[in-house]
Amino acid sequence: MSADYTEFHPRWYRRRMSVFWWVSRRSYLIFVLRELSSVFVAWSVVFLLLLIRAVGQGGPEYQRFVDRSSEPWMLALNVVALAFVVFHAITWFNLAPQAMVVRVRGKRVARSRIALAHYAGWALLSALAAWLIVE
Amino acid sequence: MAKRRVEPLLWLLFSAGGLAAALLLPVLLLFFGLVFPAGWVPAPAHAHLLSVARNPLTRIVLFGLSVLALFHWAHRFRYTLYDGLQLKRLSLLIIVVCYGGALAGSGIAGYLLLGL
Amino acid sequence: MADHIILQVTRYRPEREPEPTSQEYEIPLREEWAVLDGLNHVKDELDGTLSYRWSCRMGICGSCGMTVNGEPRLTCATFLTDYSPGPIRIEPLRNFPVIRDLVVEIGDFMRKLPQVKPWLIRHEDAAPPEGEVLQTPADLDEFTQYSMCINCMLCYSACPIVGLEEGFLGPAAIALAQRYNLDSRDEGAPERMEVLSTAEGVWACTFVGECTTACPKGVDPAGAIQRYKLTAATESLRSFLLPWRSA
Repeated sequence: MSADYTEFHPRWYRRRMSVFWWVSRRSYLIFVLRELSSVFVAWSVVFLLLLIRAVGQGGPEYQRFVDRSSEPWMLALNVVALAFVVFHAITWFNLAPQAMVVRVRGKRVARSRIALAHYAGWALLSALAAWLIVE
Repeated sequence: MAKRRVEPLLWLLFSAGGLAAALLLPVLLLFFGLVFPAGWVPAPAHAHLLSVARNPLTRIVLFGLSVLALFHWAHRFRYTLYDGLQLKRLSLLIIVVCYGGALAGSGIAGYLLLGL
Repeated sequence: MADHIILQVTRYRPEREPEPTSQEYEIPLREEWAVLDGLNHVKDELDGTLSYRWSCRMGICGSCGMTVNGEPRLTCATFLTDYSPGPIRIEPLRNFPVIRDLVVEIGDFMRKLPQVKPWLIRHEDAAPPEGEVLQTPADLDEFTQYSMCINCMLCYSACPIVGLEEGFLGPAAIALAQRYNLDSRDEGAPERMEVLSTAEGVWACTFVGECTTACPKGVDPAGAIQRYKLTAATESLRSFLLPWRSA
């Protein structure tokens, strides 16, 4: 079988990138899952807005919202969404230090410290929100 | 040239949105999506939630969270479609759907929060 | 420890085949041998037609990058015993066109690198001693990490965006741009921003992070790119909010 071979320039072999390039490596798969977490971030906002609308409409509507959110399919969806949103948070806090250079009194703050600060802020805000929500 | 100026600003929104979503969405989704519906902790009374939500600071935080998190999704999802599914040829449609959707959601959030 | 190991090596001879094939060679499994030593044994003793690039054999020239068992590696820095009992799959570096066997065409990178102007740009300079620019150790620390790049292209092989976006400048080029942007002697940051803050520059990057994982010299190109995104974005914001202030 003759290849397309000119006198001065052999035919280079170029492999096409498959649509499923991200399945072949674990690190690529985790990356795509991380990117897909944004869909569940959007869903969480939609869910929150539905809650806010129900709260704004009055007691009975709010109760209907709570009842609907305990239906099996909604509960399952939110469990999956929660997993992805937590995954988003963890990957975000672990990667943020790599993207920023923070200096305190001229010395660079270690990456682990920056990550720790993020996690601490997360814990604090979560505790504050929980305290506000639960009576 | 306008495109060159917009992309960095969209990335800033994406970044701020990622941080806001990471800090606040887990606890909110945990309680309203799992803990209360599952009955592990009784859901708060409507009057209590209404008074918390009506607080101007709460409204500002929730509005900021909604806008930023939606634009975070828009930017990230756009690139997921470009790279993950190699749909760059549908770029214009993707941009309209993603950022348009985020804009619409932001409008709805503002309307709902103002009307509380 | 067994005394032999199998290498499954990609062969591509464009004059007689349309696609790459695989050929097996059995080589001695010596404890101190790198994969490159194994390839040299193949070429010297078993099959002189095998083509591949190598030079310093000590991890500084950047010539011997190949895909070893699916990972982009410097073959001089990868040891046979790490893969025993084998076999070891050796393929050309991914994301590049293959010229022959394990030799890839890197012209794309060679054209992209000069676009970021990877040299010191200074506008006016007096002769020494007045024109001497002093740097403190702290100044040096700012950019030293990014100067460690040996242009081995492992990061380009690891990055999926390099494979998906033909125009993407790529990790090494952007890291090298940062090496100069962050050098206190340099005055060329605005010029480089024209090239870096574009859809083919930093904005194509989605922080997969594989480039940093693959880098054998600890350059952390992913970090360099994300840092530049913040720099470019703040500059864009500044020019948007305060357009009368020059860059």
